[in-house]
Amino acid sequence: MEPIGWFEIIGRVAWQLLPVWAALVLTFALSLRLKRRLGLYGKLFDSNIGMIGFGIVMFWVFTALFADWIITHDPLAQVSRMRNAVPGTPLPDAAGRYEYFLLGGDALARDVFSRAVAGAREVLRIAPLAAMISFMIGITLGLPAGYFAGKLDTALTFLANLVLAFPVILLFFLLVAPEIQNTLIPRVMAGVLFLVPVVFVTVLLNARLFTQPAKRNLYVGLVLVVGLWAYSGLAFNADPLGFWGMTPNLLNVFVAVVFVNAPTVFRIVRGITLDIKTRDYVAAAQTRGEGPWYIMLWEILPNARGPLIVDFCLRIGYTTILLGTLGFFGLGVTPESPDWGSTINAGRRLLTVYPHPALVPALSLMSLVLGLNLLADGLREESLKD
Amino acid sequence: MLLFLLRRIGVMLVTALCLTFVVFYLTNFPAKLETLAKTQAGSRMTDAEVESWLARNGYGGPLLVRYGEWLGVLPGWVVQDPDGTLGGRCIAREGSEAAAGNRCGLLQGYWGTSTRFRAPVADVISARLGATGWLMLWVLIVMVPMALIVGVLAGMREGSRTDRTLSTFAIATTATPEYVSGVLFIALLASSTVGLSPLLVNWGVIDGPVLFQGNARSALEQITFWNFTLPVMTIALYGMGYVARITRASMTEVMTQQYVRTARLKGVSFANIVLKHALRNALIAPFTVIMLQIPWLLNGVVIVEVLFSYPGFGWTLYEAAVNNDIELLLAASVVAVVVVLVTQLISDIGYVWLNPRIRIS
Repeated sequence: MEPIGWFEIIGRVAWQLLPVWAALVLTFALSLRLKRRLGLYGKLFDSNIGMIGFGIVMFWVFTALFADWIITHDPLAQVSRMRNAVPGTPLPDAAGRYEYFLLGGDALARDVFSRAVAGAREVLRIAPLAAMISFMIGITLGLPAGYFAGKLDTALTFLANLVLAFPVILLFFLLVAPEIQNTLIPRVMAGVLFLVPVVFVTVLLNARLFTQPAKRNLYVGLVLVVGLWAYSGLAFNADPLGFWGMTPNLLNVFVAVVFVNAPTVFRIVRGITLDIKTRDYVAAAQTRGEGPWYIMLWEILPNARGPLIVDFCLRIGYTTILLGTLGFFGLGVTPESPDWGSTINAGRRLLTVYPHPALVPALSLMSLVLGLNLLADGLREESLKD
Repeated sequence: MLLFLLRRIGVMLVTALCLTFVVFYLTNFPAKLETLAKTQAGSRMTDAEVESWLARNGYGGPLLVRYGEWLGVLPGWVVQDPDGTLGGRCIAREGSEAAAGNRCGLLQGYWGTSTRFRAPVADVISARLGATGWLMLWVLIVMVPMALIVGVLAGMREGSRTDRTLSTFAIATTATPEYVSGVLFIALLASSTVGLSPLLVNWGVIDGPVLFQGNARSALEQITFWNFTLPVMTIALYGMGYVARITRASMTEVMTQQYVRTARLKGVSFANIVLKHALRNALIAPFTVIMLQIPWLLNGVVIVEVLFSYPGFGWTLYEAAVNNDIELLLAASVVAVVVVLVTQLISDIGYVWLNPRIRIS
């Protein structure tokens, strides 16, 4: 068979991505139709930049979701005689497999296109979750630091500055090493870091519902059961049902990324809290005799949501970059992993001769982060309008 | 002001002490020491041999004691070999057994020996820092003016087409980490088979096989435009976007101030308003951000120096981490932490000094 040209490659890639296009069209049609009823999310569709950003992000989200239908080959399988094949090279012996390596083969004769798609799943599995946990930790510590001020604030700020003064890359080299992985350090850190979200949600519900004990007991109980179940699995790999779980590799990466991100969120939340706690509605709540946690979580936090949502988008992007950095240095990933960072690292050895194995993941990572940044920019613009 | 400085420096020292101890703890982890022993003295050692190698080389003592030795507040370790000769931390430095029992550590100016480069750490670090100094110098020369110009141009007319274009450009650069832009640059400009270079060779514009060099090692002897552009651009681009966005935000804020409106009503030309009235006030925020950006550039320095194989500080940090070269890694982290803390201090002082409202009150 003849190698196919760029037009056909683009056509075939677009065809493979068909489920993604369908999902995108559906999302946009629904959102545009209902945009007046959807609050901040609906307003996003008033800004071009925000819409483009949202489109790019959703493209990658759907790609990660439908990865199993999109990929043309097993991302780990090697096909003989396809080493460093240029994009559009036909397989010498297809035998029931997809006939072409659409975006070429890498140095180990694996399909670059399938690996990039599988890489999206790797990244989107970790980045949003890590950003979310960083946010919960930052909020849980930042709110009291800003609200109570005093010694607590001094101590927490010193700790946050301590972590922030650590060069990120040095921390990664030290923390995400195979020797550390099998020790207690990541487990202990995960034990502390993953406990915070459970505590956060419990306190959040309790502060609101403690006047209605029946409802409170139900909700808080539910949260505690699910939260502690997930906690036992994620932090200690001791889930009795085996539903939640993380390999030591993944846990290590996760802990390191959360650890780096949380202090920055803490500082943002603390700053906003210091500003908001002087407002009249906080004084009103204090006069009413509300407890401090109710004021922090139900008066201050909702009013700080604008900047926090914007920063959340940026933080997912930054986490993606951090994950790429880890992969680039081969830290905390299995050698075969299709994640973008390690694929770029593997591709850079032959970069000047065969650039495509490194270029495809590089452009993918760039577009995802760009989408998140544009989305954040659009959200910022729209949230400033009201 | 003096009290403020003293307090800041005190906090700085405590922070540095905490951080070096964390690094010390993590590098001296038993499993890591075992790896070190095996890379230094042969990979097929038994556990007992590892133990004795560690004891012979001064890794045997309790962690806190060794940290004290490294700092120079406790006397260095001394070990007697089976054949009767004395070995020890300070003996290796002085070259004579008379030094046994002396203190020799950071406070005495001794940084230890690098197991990876087999040379005194102080020599390795100072030589590499010089190389990175040149890289950073050029990065700042490129990055700061570019960021300020982009930010000021975008911020002086908020919402205009220039603003939209430049803001999107700034967002795009912050979305391109160094390992992506470096790869793009090399593929586009430094490859003899793809990108721009083969075209230029065909047209007879350039003599060599490639336009820019994808390997910056030759820049150690002589920095030229052709071997230094790509690494410098790679770091500068990523750092630029953030500074540009801060500049833009601060510029748009200044442009809505009363005194700018007054100047405009008086009939001052737009160029004069921007250059004489707005610019000075708009540059306070970017200054602090630029200082705080320097530690972030360190990340980029490590990635770029590894990517372009430029043996500077970042490359040394990478090598030290990969080979678990404890004393080199400690020295590198001390340097990195000091850079972070000093830039924070400068940015605080600069903020006060540049801002007349704070300075005079």
